[in-house]
Amino acid sequence: MKSKNNNIEEIAGQARNDSAKGTKRIISGSQILIESLICEGVDTIFGYPGGQIIPVFDTLYDFKNEINHILTRHEQGATHAAQGYARVSGKVGVCFVTSGPGATNVITGIGDAMLDSTPMVVIAGQVGANLLGTDAFQEIDVVGITQPITKWSYQIRRAEDISWAIARAFYIARSGRPGPVVLDFTKNAQAQNVEFEYQPCDFIRSYIPVPEVNPAQIEAAAQLIDEAKKPFALVGQGVILGNAEEELKAFLEKAGIPAGNTLLGLSALPSDYPLNKGFLGMHGNIGPNMKTNEADVIIAIGMRFDDRVTGDLTKYAKQAKIIHLDIDASEIGKNVPVDVAVLGDAKETLAALTEKVKKNSHTEWIRSFDEYDKLEYDKVIRKEIHPEHGQITMGEVVRRVSEATENKAVLVTDVGQNQMMASRYFKYSQPRSIVTSGGLGTMGFGIPAAMGAKIGAPERTVCLFCGDGGFQMTMQELGTIMQEQIGVKIIILNNHFLGMVRQWQELFFDERYSFTEMKNPDFVTIARAYGIASKEVNEREELDGAINDMLQDDKPYLLVVNVETKGLVYPMVPAGACITDILLCD
Amino acid sequence: MQESTLYTITIFSENTVGLLNQITIIFTRRGINIETLSVSPSAIKGIHKFTITVFSTKDMIEKVVQQIDKRVDILKAYYSTDDELVFQEIALYKIATNKLLALGSIEEIIRKYNIQILEMNETFMVLQKTGHYKETQGLFDELKDSVGVLQFIRSGRIAITKSKVERLSDMLASIEEKVTNEG
Repeated sequence: MKSKNNNIEEIAGQARNDSAKGTKRIISGSQILIESLICEGVDTIFGYPGGQIIPVFDTLYDFKNEINHILTRHEQGATHAAQGYARVSGKVGVCFVTSGPGATNVITGIGDAMLDSTPMVVIAGQVGANLLGTDAFQEIDVVGITQPITKWSYQIRRAEDISWAIARAFYIARSGRPGPVVLDFTKNAQAQNVEFEYQPCDFIRSYIPVPEVNPAQIEAAAQLIDEAKKPFALVGQGVILGNAEEELKAFLEKAGIPAGNTLLGLSALPSDYPLNKGFLGMHGNIGPNMKTNEADVIIAIGMRFDDRVTGDLTKYAKQAKIIHLDIDASEIGKNVPVDVAVLGDAKETLAALTEKVKKNSHTEWIRSFDEYDKLEYDKVIRKEIHPEHGQITMGEVVRRVSEATENKAVLVTDVGQNQMMASRYFKYSQPRSIVTSGGLGTMGFGIPAAMGAKIGAPERTVCLFCGDGGFQMTMQELGTIMQEQIGVKIIILNNHFLGMVRQWQELFFDERYSFTEMKNPDFVTIARAYGIASKEVNEREELDGAINDMLQDDKPYLLVVNVETKGLVYPMVPAGACITDILLCD
Repeated sequence: MQESTLYTITIFSENTVGLLNQITIIFTRRGINIETLSVSPSAIKGIHKFTITVFSTKDMIEKVVQQIDKRVDILKAYYSTDDELVFQEIALYKIATNKLLALGSIEEIIRKYNIQILEMNETFMVLQKTGHYKETQGLFDELKDSVGVLQFIRSGRIAITKSKVERLSDMLASIEEKVTNEG
């Protein structure tokens, strides 16, 4: 990756001084954009140029030392890379794209970021303001298209509004429940010269990002928790977004509460943490799903009761009192009726709750998870990670890679069986260790997200697991990996099928494998074309050696593992079933 | 299933381009039809007020209103039922003058429905009636049957809560106060 000589502080400092002294420089809209981004601390942008954003890219040429622009091979890749970057670093991911098709190509990434609460600012070029509404070349209604899938979408038509819009965009994207913001930036505003002044935004009167903690709510929640015999915590991404991992541990330890994690909540607690009882939902662990319907008090923390977690809502945790801690008031009662709502930032609410609750241990209750752990190990896990014969399984590849990194790597997944296997069998030892498309379930997310994750956490090993299907949706990004020498470790779990759909066809559609079998190219040859080291593995005995080769340096690597063609992800709660109606392998 | 009733949603927002779309897409997602819609500047400078009526269940309306309230440019959204509101609609009726005159007594109908005449010439008259839906519709039905209605238009509902003040001004005041204290 490029080494950067950072003049960022200098530039941001000058902007501040100019504002203070009232000696404002007159510069172009494009330069205002770039300098405003620098004032917001942006040093990395993922993008793709085009006709209506050329002036911005022209200015960017003068800021090559301050801003590391990564040229992706498709705009969708830019957004997923920005997501990966944001998820591991906690910073706002930034994308530059052009108007028209450039903007429509980012829709998937924006939708993904919206559903997974990822802070992102997408700046899209737009035709000149005089052409708006005329069906001009590469004109499309970006604000109209993106309003349903953004926290805020705004069209900048005059250069005077640029620094205001940027400040507001970053404030909205990262504050409260984070999310994507789109700025639709007309070409005339890019070229226009006006005075530049930068004022960061920390207040919008119509927007309350973090509700104030209400002591009465804390009191009511603490009382329910103190009276509980079988309390159970459901941990979501809100804990990670709020940097509340330590507060969570303190709370669980004081009150003696076991916890389950949603997909996006994984890595908020280390895998081997004694009170971490595993993964919730459709392909989660048996224990946390069964215990959800046994607990007397459920404490949901920064999670949104997604249908992949709850299954049939009419049979979900009906016996339990539910306490819901969330930063977003509109999540309260959206899917599950709540007895006590605790609004606020998890870092604050958990700390306040810990102070109020009585010390407790619930030893018996915590121990009661063990029988399910044993059942799952015997019925599912042992066969998946220590198979004695047959083809390589997906689970064993994941576990061996995880262990080879001493469980310290960042896991990135694509979507489908690879995602569920990776989430289940990878082990987490520190927060922000999983990047996956949870809400939107975007196939093709993996490669670009892994690139972004590596750029956002260059000191960490980043391992991507993807299927042969998802890999081929965004494999053009191998070009980006080659150009920037982004040291991602890509593992294709190749079963020559769209595995998750095939699994549903096998289990619920009479084994009618309608359009799920794939004839694949030679992935190793493809990697070679991009100058990326690669190896294909068919036999179990070769696996460890190949993994070691992959991890021996910090260069990009593609490991193709031909796994069992008809592997199934278990346990499984079928869609719409009760979470205790769990399918296990025969 | 809960029963579907008519709810009135009141929304205070910044006056920005595309705001109406931000609101309507939330109804679209859940397949809710908007019955009436009325938008105008509110008593507070720079802030617009939307009054929207929809048929929905209590459970659904709560979620929808929270999702509207969450939007960055929305200051406040809340819902009310008819018993919590004083509300009104306005309707205009264009009638052929000769037909109305042929009825004989205009006075009777004007008194009965408390109608105003906005315009009258040799060919047509425009009558105005304010009231609840039932009342404006009642006049329409009567005119349609007796003299025929050439054109008819009814506004969206406007409404005022029976509580003492506009809740928004309190909210704004408390936000301003907090910002001043922190600043």
